[in-house]
Amino acid sequence: MKTFATAGNKGKGVRSDCFISLELTSQGGMEINITSKVKALFGKQIEKEIKGILDYFHINHAKVDVEDSGAIPLVIAARMEACIKQLIQTDKEYLLPFLQANAYTTNKEKHRFTRLYLPGNTPSLAINAGIHQPDAIILDLEDAVAYEKKYEARFMVRNALRGIDFYNAERMVRINQIPNGLEDLKYIIPHNVNLILVPKCEGADQIKLLNEHIEELKKQHSISHDIWLMPIIESALGVMKAFDIATAAPNVVALAIGLEDYTADLGVKRTAEGSESFFARSVLVNACRAAGIQAIDSVFSDVSDMEALKNNVLRSKALGFDGMGCIHPRQIKVIKESFAPESDEIEKAMKIINAYMIAKENGLGVVSLGTKMIDAPVVKRAERTLQLAITMGKLSPQWREGFLNNVVN
Amino acid sequence: MIKHMHAMKCEKFVVNAAGRRVPTIVNGQKMVPFKGIGKYKPSGRKYAPPIPSCLDYPSNGDKTVHSLEEALKRCGLKNGMTISTHHHLRDGDLVSNLIFDIANANGIKDLTWVPSASFPCNEPLIKYLEDGTIHHIEGSMNGALGKHTSYGGMKGCAILRSHGGRVQAIQDGEVKIDIAVIAAPSADCFGNATGAEGDSACGVLGYSLVDMMYADKVIVVTDNLIPFPCMPFQIQGNYVDYVVVVDKIGIPEKIVSGTTQVTKSPDRLLLAQWTAQFCAEAGLLRDGIGIQTGAGGTSLSVGLHFHEQLKNNGWKARFGFGGSTQYMVKMLEDGVMDYILDAQAFDLEAVRSVRENKNHIDLSVYQSYNFHSKGNYTSLIDIVILGATELDTNFNGNVVTHSDGLLLHGIGGWQNCLHAKCTILPIPLFRDRIPVIVDQLTTLCGPGELIDVVVTERGIAINPLRTDLMDKMRGSSLPIVSMQELKAQADAICGIPDKAPISDKDEDTVAIIKWVDGTVLDTVRKVLV
Repeated sequence: MKTFATAGNKGKGVRSDCFISLELTSQGGMEINITSKVKALFGKQIEKEIKGILDYFHINHAKVDVEDSGAIPLVIAARMEACIKQLIQTDKEYLLPFLQANAYTTNKEKHRFTRLYLPGNTPSLAINAGIHQPDAIILDLEDAVAYEKKYEARFMVRNALRGIDFYNAERMVRINQIPNGLEDLKYIIPHNVNLILVPKCEGADQIKLLNEHIEELKKQHSISHDIWLMPIIESALGVMKAFDIATAAPNVVALAIGLEDYTADLGVKRTAEGSESFFARSVLVNACRAAGIQAIDSVFSDVSDMEALKNNVLRSKALGFDGMGCIHPRQIKVIKESFAPESDEIEKAMKIINAYMIAKENGLGVVSLGTKMIDAPVVKRAERTLQLAITMGKLSPQWREGFLNNVVN
Repeated sequence: MIKHMHAMKCEKFVVNAAGRRVPTIVNGQKMVPFKGIGKYKPSGRKYAPPIPSCLDYPSNGDKTVHSLEEALKRCGLKNGMTISTHHHLRDGDLVSNLIFDIANANGIKDLTWVPSASFPCNEPLIKYLEDGTIHHIEGSMNGALGKHTSYGGMKGCAILRSHGGRVQAIQDGEVKIDIAVIAAPSADCFGNATGAEGDSACGVLGYSLVDMMYADKVIVVTDNLIPFPCMPFQIQGNYVDYVVVVDKIGIPEKIVSGTTQVTKSPDRLLLAQWTAQFCAEAGLLRDGIGIQTGAGGTSLSVGLHFHEQLKNNGWKARFGFGGSTQYMVKMLEDGVMDYILDAQAFDLEAVRSVRENKNHIDLSVYQSYNFHSKGNYTSLIDIVILGATELDTNFNGNVVTHSDGLLLHGIGGWQNCLHAKCTILPIPLFRDRIPVIVDQLTTLCGPGELIDVVVTERGIAINPLRTDLMDKMRGSSLPIVSMQELKAQADAICGIPDKAPISDKDEDTVAIIKWVDGTVLDTVRKVLV
């Protein structure tokens, strides 16, 4: 039987994390050694937490070494549990209280302009992710986690979903590729994940298989609300199957495209201007529109070049995409602003809505602007534009007061 | 000067107006406890050095002697003396440590060192604190020196003062400097000197002007002796006794950073963005303002936002208060700032600017910061950006110790800058697991009445005393919250820390904190191991 396990991270540059070594012993009780830069203030609390977890799993004799770099309790608990479960077989889970602020669900049509990727096994990046106000955060169990860290990352992601306040960002998890990713589900479904990203998706059958597992877990945990899916298309085959995947199930709310893998699959270089992926991106947008869901573009990997990012987003918007992944919080603002309606769009929408309001106030059935008649879908789109402009701070909710004054003057 | 040798470190404790228990006798010297902001005014006359005579100095103007050791001996170096240095060479300083090497080699004991700040390069002085060459330090104790002090490793009691407080103490005769050693990047044989030229150029020498004027003896140490006159001068040779030429006074790349850098941390960038947005929305940023943003990564980013906003509005800052950096220089050169008033240059661009731009003015700390003065410039600054290690919910602040009790930073200009019209502190709500907002400060360095706005990544707290700012920010999209709410958020994430292992005994006082008026604001006690 294995008696020694480790979990977590240590070393230069590691913050808000800890590295735990656990050795199960046959006698001598609990021996807990803590090295920590916050030991003077939290040493006793760390020791108490470790003891509590050992007690919970009925471990009476063990040697534990904690090399701490300022980990918060939910991180320590994730590391400890990952160690324990490498050594003993148990169905028990050590769950800290679920943060009530995290008990929200999301709508299918919700804006998903910006989704911030967070490596699932790096807690320091997750703790403050929500303050940058992305539309969504993605706790990544797939490519951002090294193979040997995959197991412990699941506990980290589970505890993050339960205990880290992401301030109303949609809570997404990118699972591993199907079928390995199916094992990830039990760490996230019971903990109010809002949306699951499905990497390297190549067919509707994968979505159906995934949904069967999700339904099973939902039933077990009496979960009734929807859990959305966002398949990621990352291969030539995936592109060809895009519409099938988009329409595979009603909980598919968007398709995303992953261009690193896609260009590798094609055997071509990924360029900044992106002509090699033009076909794939257009197919994806078209499939999504046809299916009535959102199309999400690939991430932009140069985090220091904001100008290039902006150009990239504008191209993406012009192709018909509804959002883009972010790999650094700095990208959020640029992407949001670039997806936001432009001033002339807002101006036009204001005129349309104003004309609509006047017609309504005067009891007219027909809305006209100048000599043009305005159809209901045009009003609806204008409303959406203004709503967006207001949410993004580009327009005051009381815009009409100023608008009317300007017209009078 | 030698009365502290047999005295207890600290005696006769009382509770001051801030509710902190402080000594009224420190190192044998009488102290006034803090009375409250604006409640203490001294009387009497300022201190003055002895009257010199030209008869004692060579008529050819050549004051050079062949070594620092000879200069110190000629200044009468002996037990119990007070030696001052400046920190313009920062972590590249090769002169300060040399003074005490010489003192030690000559068997001198019980010196008081009065640096304007200390740096990691001063760590070798720990051995002189241990062997009694140095009795105590009055100034700042950064890093290793501070840690050593915290564990009780100093024979006397350390005295921490702000930059302005140091000028006040020297001018008021509270600190009598026997020998001032001024490392100067360029000097002539008469003692005229400047920081703007030479291989070890540090721009300005604003912190040593008071030492120059008030010390009994003044030694200029340079590695770039030029023919008389060294003009324009910052140090005036008429105050100087001896000039020493050495190979190197400093390590250039450690004196000024090649470039000061804006933070790359997304969290800090957010703090900066919110700070700038706050200033814009509250109407603080406008044409003709005076600003100080400092050289920290976050404040530099705030400065960049200010630059952009001033430019977009067609506004100009009337003056920027140093320490200067390349970013402030860009504001000057870009025409969004009329003057840089500067007591300290932080990077190579700033040094170049002092040399080349007539609107980049070198300034004494006396003009900017001294409280016992006929007014000073800090109260004219509209916006100042500062930091803190801890704050309490009444906005009181700490900048010298960490929550574990270790003394790791100096006060710098922090206390002085609190007198600006609006003080804004962009700080993370917690560092690793350690919350910044606490119930009880480890050390009180600045009364909350003077701290106006705290910007954290989870909300912005406005001091309730600033009802004007409260009114202006009503309806803002920024998350305006109370300090209590911020504290609750941090506590929920981090947990509430245990009490740090710090002694509560009077006899374990290792340092005192002075307020800008020379009164004793708080004590620092020994950290127990």
